Amino acid sequence: MEGTPPRILVVIPAHQEERSIGGLVRSLRERYPYDVLLVNDGSTDRTSETAREAGAIVLDLPCNLGIGGAVQTGFLYARDHGYDVVVRIDGDGQHEVEDIPKILEPILAGRADAVIGSRFLGETEYRGSIPRIFGIRFFRFLVNLTTGYRVTDPTSGFFAIDRHLVEFYSDHYPSDYPEVDAYILMHRLGARALEVPVRMYERAEGKSSITTFRAVYYMLKVTLSFLINRIRRFG
Amino acid sequence: MSRVTLFSICASAALLLYILEMVRRRKLREEYSILWLFGSVVILVLSLKQDWLVGIAHAVGIVYPPSFLFLVGILFILLILIHFSIAISKLHQMNKRMAQEIALMKEKAMEGTSGDPSIGP
Repeated sequence: MEGTPPRILVVIPAHQEERSIGGLVRSLRERYPYDVLLVNDGSTDRTSETAREAGAIVLDLPCNLGIGGAVQTGFLYARDHGYDVVVRIDGDGQHEVEDIPKILEPILAGRADAVIGSRFLGETEYRGSIPRIFGIRFFRFLVNLTTGYRVTDPTSGFFAIDRHLVEFYSDHYPSDYPEVDAYILMHRLGARALEVPVRMYERAEGKSSITTFRAVYYMLKVTLSFLINRIRRFG
Repeated sequence: MSRVTLFSICASAALLLYILEMVRRRKLREEYSILWLFGSVVILVLSLKQDWLVGIAHAVGIVYPPSFLFLVGILFILLILIHFSIAISKLHQMNKRMAQEIALMKEKAMEGTSGDPSIGP
């Protein structure tokens, strides 16, 4: 990446986040020269308008696709418009905007193809519920066992990837709960994945997409699709 | 001829005719009719050819031959349901890609029009 500076796109998937999205987009636009893309996953509130007024490029999905389908739409946009790096950040204020340079640095320096923000590296104030911590430990074990990646935060949705992964994910990205699965895909591509410590907060507004009721389904679905991806062919 | 056999002849013949009629009227696509046609033909033939049914039933260890007919019917239903699950998965994938393309195209269409958010649904 010599000569022209790398083109960077920040992708925010959002569903019913009208209260937090404006502030997030504005702080991204004030702090960084990057394009900000909001993928509105079928919200019925003013998520889309608020983000547009704050200076984001907005993609409106005609129906709710789920988080993976929404993020993938962002990858498609990045691929079609020739971005070099995509940063994916949550729309609910969970992720710290100031940590973006930390996530970008290893990719821009050519030391990694994917950089994932971990809330468990370094000093952490994160305290999750017991089932959530159990789930994270389980997935950590699963990822370490099958890919060899030493991850601490396998469900983190705060990451940056280079254009090769963007292109691959444009065609192969899981519909829901995609982060754990993504490790298998990266492993299959031989991508260099790296974790960096970031801050994460409890959700400011709205509610998490993962309720206790769906936790068991989440575990089963992710485990199954993770293991299937191990033996799948990618054309 | 037992009553259950007579019933299964009538039922499978009716099913066969109904499926053929639906395909003829283009209410059922050929690709989704094949398993139904095949299943109803197999049951019809086994109902008409009593000695075949008895022979196969005894060969697989079924004492009461008509229950072999039920087994065949259930197996075809299972196959058809799996076929549907596969078809739904394919439609799901196509639907997702279409929704994504629509979102990308809407954005592209709005690029030149100063992005008036009131346009569109």
